Amino acid sequence: MAGAAEPLGSASKPPHAIELRAISKAFGLVEANKNIDLVVEPGTIHGIIGENGAGKSTLMNILYGLHRADSGEMIISGAPVQIHSSADAIACGIGMVHQHFMLVPNFTVLENVMLGSEGGTLLAEGRKETRGTLQKLADEYGMTVDADALAGDLPVGLQQRVEILKALKGGAKILILDEPTGVLTPQEAASLFKILETLKQDGVTILLITHKLEEIMAATDSVSIMRRGEMVGHRSTAETNPEELAELMVGRKVLLRVDKGTSQPGDVDLSVAGLTCTSSEGVQLLSDMSFEVRAGEILGVAGIAGNGQSELLEALCGMRPPTAGTIKILGQTITADGHSDPQIMRQVGLAHIPEDRHKYGLVLGFEARENAILGYHYSKHTGAGRLIDSKAVTAHCQGLMNAHDVRPDNPHLAAKNFSGGNQQKLVIARELDAAPGVLIVGQPTRGVDIGAIEFIHKELIVLRDAGAAILLVSVELEEVLSLSDRIMVMNDGQQVGIIDRSGANEQTLGLMMAGIAPDNAA
Amino acid sequence: MSAVPPLPRWADLVLLPALNLLAAFFVCGLIVLAIGENPITALGVMIKGAFVYPGSLGYTLYYTTNFIFTGLAVAVAFHAMMFNIGGEGQAYVGGLGAGLISLSLAGVMPALIVLPLAVLGAALFGAAWGIMPGYLQAKRGSHIVITTIMFNFIAASLMVWLLAGPLIEPGQMSPQTPKFEPAGQLPSFQAMMAAVGIKTANSPLNLSFLIALAALFGFWVLIWRTRLGYEIRTVGQNPEAARYAGINVPRVIIITLAISGALAGLMATNEILGVQHRVVLNFTAGYGFTGIAVALMGRNHPIGIFLASLLFGALYQGGAELDFEFQSITREMVLLIQGMIILFSGALAYMFNPPVARLLARYAAKREAAHV
Repeated sequence: MAGAAEPLGSASKPPHAIELRAISKAFGLVEANKNIDLVVEPGTIHGIIGENGAGKSTLMNILYGLHRADSGEMIISGAPVQIHSSADAIACGIGMVHQHFMLVPNFTVLENVMLGSEGGTLLAEGRKETRGTLQKLADEYGMTVDADALAGDLPVGLQQRVEILKALKGGAKILILDEPTGVLTPQEAASLFKILETLKQDGVTILLITHKLEEIMAATDSVSIMRRGEMVGHRSTAETNPEELAELMVGRKVLLRVDKGTSQPGDVDLSVAGLTCTSSEGVQLLSDMSFEVRAGEILGVAGIAGNGQSELLEALCGMRPPTAGTIKILGQTITADGHSDPQIMRQVGLAHIPEDRHKYGLVLGFEARENAILGYHYSKHTGAGRLIDSKAVTAHCQGLMNAHDVRPDNPHLAAKNFSGGNQQKLVIARELDAAPGVLIVGQPTRGVDIGAIEFIHKELIVLRDAGAAILLVSVELEEVLSLSDRIMVMNDGQQVGIIDRSGANEQTLGLMMAGIAPDNAA
Repeated sequence: MSAVPPLPRWADLVLLPALNLLAAFFVCGLIVLAIGENPITALGVMIKGAFVYPGSLGYTLYYTTNFIFTGLAVAVAFHAMMFNIGGEGQAYVGGLGAGLISLSLAGVMPALIVLPLAVLGAALFGAAWGIMPGYLQAKRGSHIVITTIMFNFIAASLMVWLLAGPLIEPGQMSPQTPKFEPAGQLPSFQAMMAAVGIKTANSPLNLSFLIALAALFGFWVLIWRTRLGYEIRTVGQNPEAARYAGINVPRVIIITLAISGALAGLMATNEILGVQHRVVLNFTAGYGFTGIAVALMGRNHPIGIFLASLLFGALYQGGAELDFEFQSITREMVLLIQGMIILFSGALAYMFNPPVARLLARYAAKREAAHV
């Protein structure tokens, strides 16, 4: 609800469209937003950039009234406000287009747009009014949509347009777009940015949340950078460059010391050629990736989160069938038309430490010993007989826990009762124990304490020196730099280039993460 | 709303179900009081009727047998997070399988061949009726709850048509098959005991009770000791992790529903092969649905399911006794009592969880403070 309207700005200069002061929000122990300050000038496109999980969406949800901040002030168009619900936000002139659309697929465009402002018991009046508004908006901004089409039948680009129309119809003067291009084709994205430009000309303030550097550079006037729940910088887009932004997003940190000798690369154990993955909606997730990993070396994959690294991991481990290209593992070729199955990949000698241990790596309700055989329940660890040998499973898990320092070393404790670091050690223990020829690792130390990080890094190096080919994906630049022998950088589902560790530093990688290929790339 | 502290295991397994039962009996007691009878006397009659009177235990265990099968059927699907509401239809069609074998073979072959085949027939027909919704869920995304319910109706219509048409006893008007030859009848408990020289009261209890006990054990082995059971539980608890592990999730769902249907189908061994000795209309009498409450109350564990089945068996038998002894307590009253138990132990199973958990946590904290 808008409080007493006291303009704060001077008479000559219009007040800031949005001013946030020291906003903090914690979910349990996780501090999603720490002391956030933000100033957005009216009639501009303001970008907020940060990696997945940096706290961008939380901040926007606070602004839109979906979450309540623990502390801090919000000032909209010069007036301090309390926003406790999306209705309050709409009353303040804020509209939001969510990452996942909030449309009723079985309603027409008209019905979706009038949702929440039907006006009275009978719909005829509201329908007529909404139709008029839609027509007006279409004329003004060139946002033409068939008002009587079912929302579910529209392509995503048009669905998003309906979301924008919905927000504008509510009288929004400030429009928040949360990762608007994530589901769009390049053409749809281009048309979206054209619309945003027109809206800006008309005085609408736009907040664009994204993790894509090129969008910030192309579309915004100014940009704020978030990292791990904190605001780390504000820049005028004209005065910054992708390299600087990438550095700010990922952050410079002290290199962890990892004791490792020079690698002794052997045969090519993993070779990928022309690997391409397209989602069922037709969005290109991976395009034409080709690289090799040799026995006894670690190929690090760097990139800003969300640029195809997850899809690469999934494709390599058999969870995502590729649309084109081949994967050759230890001499066995898996083609796009072949059967994609994690079990087959394991049989040829590939192990996979997944990015998300809670989603993929563990069954949290299972005992540790049951998790220790996940994916290997047909192996010798479950006994030779037709039934699972409970004692063998327990003994196997006990062995893993001792060898890989999982604490507490109780095979009967449910996975959910271990700390994050020990959960991760359990997953790593399981995968390393398979003595894989090829190891695919995603974010091995995400959410893991410093002691466990060192231990995990050491284990990866030991495996490398034992002659495994390791592909390591991490959003932690320092991790990639300290572990890798060669580094591949990904941007927008493509490989920007592969460089030797010796020739890599944060500057070159930052450039490559922004999509600029270096001269010395292999 | 403050967070609920975790409940100790013993309280979850013993205290909560006991409290639920107590609450159900308390409400029932109030109702009995309201119609002018003494609830304590009524409870006494029920207990005597279920366990004490000659033959009553046999009846109780006969009902228990049905509940074990249908409870296990629901529970195995639960482990894969599939809600099989179709036990009723699967049991009904299972009866057809058992009936067809007994009808066609009992006249020409000895019991030692016919009976195992008939039991197998019940399981296979039930499994077939479970596989279809399983397939639709796994491959086509049709929700298992909807399809299993619809398959109940299909089963009911199919059986009416068969029993009133092709399978009807020649020259008779009632929709049922001819009686099986003796080789197609499961021996009764009374007969088995008589064979070793022990005289027991007459009851419908028969060999299928032992099959049910074997099924309880088999269920435990399947879920906790086989690789298939491991896959079923993984799919149920984290389908994404199952995919990561290379488990074929749709295949596991179909197999789980087949096993679930087979267990439900086995209920027919009790009713059809053990008691009726012919396929009759509506012999499933709602046991398939009550199996859901049995599985819920038994926490999908064989021991729990056995105890819950025994409770429901005792309620069925003791309830009949109530109806018999009290003028004012009718058959409907007995149904009401059963409904209360299902309500409190099934639908409201976790109603007492938050207060009990808080109470125990406070007690534990106090004890700790006293120690320090």
